[in-house]
Amino acid sequence: MAAMTREETEALIQEVLEVYPEKAKKDRAKHLAVNDHSLEKANKCITSNRKSLPGVMTIRGCAYAGSKGVVWGPIKDMIHISHGPVGCGQYSRAGRRNYYVGTTGVNTFGTMNFTSDFTEKDIVFGGDKKLAKCIDEIETLFPLNKGISIQSECPIGLIGDDIEAVSKVKNKEYGKTIVPVRCEGFRGVSQSLGHHIANDAIRDWVLEKRDGDDSFPTTPYDVAVIGDYNIGGDAWASRTLLEEMGLRVVAQWSGDGTIAEIEKTPKVKLNLIHCYRSMNYIARHMEEKYSIPWIEYNFFGPTKIAESLRRIAEHFDDTIKEGAERVIARYKAEYDAVIAKYRPRLEGKKVMLYIGGLRPRHVIGAYEDLGMEVVGTGYEFAHNDDYDRTIKEMGNATLLYDDVTGYEFEEFVKKVQPDLVGSGIKEKYIFQKMGVPFRQMHSWDYSGPYHGYDGFAIFARDMDMTINNPCWKSFKAPWKTEAASEPVKAVA
Amino acid sequence: MAKLRQCAIYGKGGIGKSTTTQNLVAGLAELGKKVMIVGCDPKADSTRLILHAKAQNSIMQMAADAGSVEDLELEDVLKVGYRDIKCVESGGPEPGVGCAGRGVITAINFLEEEGAYDENLDFVFYDVLGDVVCGGFAMPIRENKAQEIYIVCSGEMMAMYAANNIAKGIVKYANSGGVRLAGLICNSRNTAREDELIMELARRLGTHMIHFVPRDNVVQRAEIRRMTVIEYEPAAKQAQEYRDLANKIINNTQLVIPTPITMDELEDLLMEFGVMEEVDESIVGQTAAAEATA
Repeated sequence: MAAMTREETEALIQEVLEVYPEKAKKDRAKHLAVNDHSLEKANKCITSNRKSLPGVMTIRGCAYAGSKGVVWGPIKDMIHISHGPVGCGQYSRAGRRNYYVGTTGVNTFGTMNFTSDFTEKDIVFGGDKKLAKCIDEIETLFPLNKGISIQSECPIGLIGDDIEAVSKVKNKEYGKTIVPVRCEGFRGVSQSLGHHIANDAIRDWVLEKRDGDDSFPTTPYDVAVIGDYNIGGDAWASRTLLEEMGLRVVAQWSGDGTIAEIEKTPKVKLNLIHCYRSMNYIARHMEEKYSIPWIEYNFFGPTKIAESLRRIAEHFDDTIKEGAERVIARYKAEYDAVIAKYRPRLEGKKVMLYIGGLRPRHVIGAYEDLGMEVVGTGYEFAHNDDYDRTIKEMGNATLLYDDVTGYEFEEFVKKVQPDLVGSGIKEKYIFQKMGVPFRQMHSWDYSGPYHGYDGFAIFARDMDMTINNPCWKSFKAPWKTEAASEPVKAVA
Repeated sequence: MAKLRQCAIYGKGGIGKSTTTQNLVAGLAELGKKVMIVGCDPKADSTRLILHAKAQNSIMQMAADAGSVEDLELEDVLKVGYRDIKCVESGGPEPGVGCAGRGVITAINFLEEEGAYDENLDFVFYDVLGDVVCGGFAMPIRENKAQEIYIVCSGEMMAMYAANNIAKGIVKYANSGGVRLAGLICNSRNTAREDELIMELARRLGTHMIHFVPRDNVVQRAEIRRMTVIEYEPAAKQAQEYRDLANKIINNTQLVIPTPITMDELEDLLMEFGVMEEVDESIVGQTAAAEATA
């Protein structure tokens, strides 16, 4: 079908809102918008970062997920204690595919679950002693850990345990960084507050460790990669481009990252921010305290990669600027070949996205490089500044949906009839059963990396094999006639 | 056999809830009633006068020692004292850590599951920590547990504030369950016109002052010996007061949904009885220095 007009998109939103009771309709209307390039600020058209309505099947997570799962968890040489009952840690364990190098259980701990395993008596009598014992046991069993973070689950905040005091005592005892993080799940409206709390904990307990220590030899080309969680190896595919253009990557936050890298970050010349939503706080802090400038970049798809490399290079001298051109030229044949192969198979295909921190806008360029169009996008936990950035990336009159509900997302897909939906595991099977090709865009559907030129080749292949998979042709039972069935989507 | 009556005693901290409860329970036992006391206070001092003990081992402490509450048996936690009064303490953490409210919830659930509320009992008394600070301390009046609430108070201002607040809490649960206010017990502090004042407060709350317990040093003398007055000196006048209270409770049928009063009404009442002076609005917020220069 042809691209929808502004009036059609507005009518679609009204139609979907129609089923809600009056109060819910009023609230949800503020979160659904038609993209309008003439707007400077997103707050003119969409509301975000508000409490979800009960009963709508929101796709959001919690503050603990934002801190332990996103920001802290990937720091590989620290041990992250899920402090509280066992479930939060166990059911979030190793699910995010933050790749790392190391020997798990010896000098790295990324896929392991450490928990204080609260039971009734810990709630009633308090868990501080148990936490101290946990830290002692960790030191005995995993002496090569470089530090410990304490990720608070809900009960810690309810019973008022003093995890800061325990951290200070154990820090003195072992001389290692021990960070209490107050990321109780009930705080805030989504995982977003967890990112902020985690950033603040890094600021307060880690970042200033090497202030006044100049023993680390710096270069004019030192940068830190911030907000790349190395999902499926994303950060590696990004880092190699930066290094090839002549920069020295001092730190990766936090995919495949270490606490030493974080401590050295205040020494860099420029902070490169990939996931703005989860890490902008610490970038702003370093700008204020250490006068380190920061820029956002986007390593999805050759167009955005080239733009980003050039923009990064602008902060450095000619050797880096030349380096950027060299890198773009060197990979040109490769990515041209990828486009030549896949673009004819994907040209004109329509995509609807619903993801987390940066991807609802960052992957748009990669789809466009393949001749595809993103016709609807939305964020689980964005703030207005994310939508400010999204307005420019999306086509005019496309659909924007914030904290989309299960019902809205299904209805939008039924009406817009995209060729591909990109979202998470909870959405995957719903849309596949509706006959709509689907890619998980949190975990890359166990594939990746998607960042960088290497990642783009994999991205293009994955989109092709999903959309053009022969299974969609066999979707309808052979005995069902065209008239008797109501196909949600007839795939070409 | 009569139906089990479950009663909870609330009141401002330090007002004498535990002492009053144990003495009146001793009075009930003397009259042949089968009674159990459930202490719902982390201090675990609700049963010492019955058991002649310093502090009974509490359910939560023993559960922590044993591993979990599932590892306990009823006979581990249930002690029998004066005239076969059954005693349990829920227990809880030391001040400043953990969650005492959760301790009360866990302990009461344990007692129910283990069948502590056996059919031979006539009364269960919950002796609850001063203020209903969180849901845990409201546990005894939830889920069809205590149906009768007695508030211990005196003619002091704060005790009456607390009584009114507790009445508000009862209203909340009265509407969702069967809990009712059964009366005020005045534990005298020898303030002026105390009995009249509490009777008036009771009237405004829609209830009655079930008994006026005078002040008597024999209570302290008995307490030093970890005994109730009824056991220590059965012939004492004060022992008879507690027997009277016990009798009144046995015969009490006046169970009401309370009508708590507003702060202004309460202050008016206190002023009427001279407990509080008339507030001169012109001095509100004035420091001593400012008043001197005025």
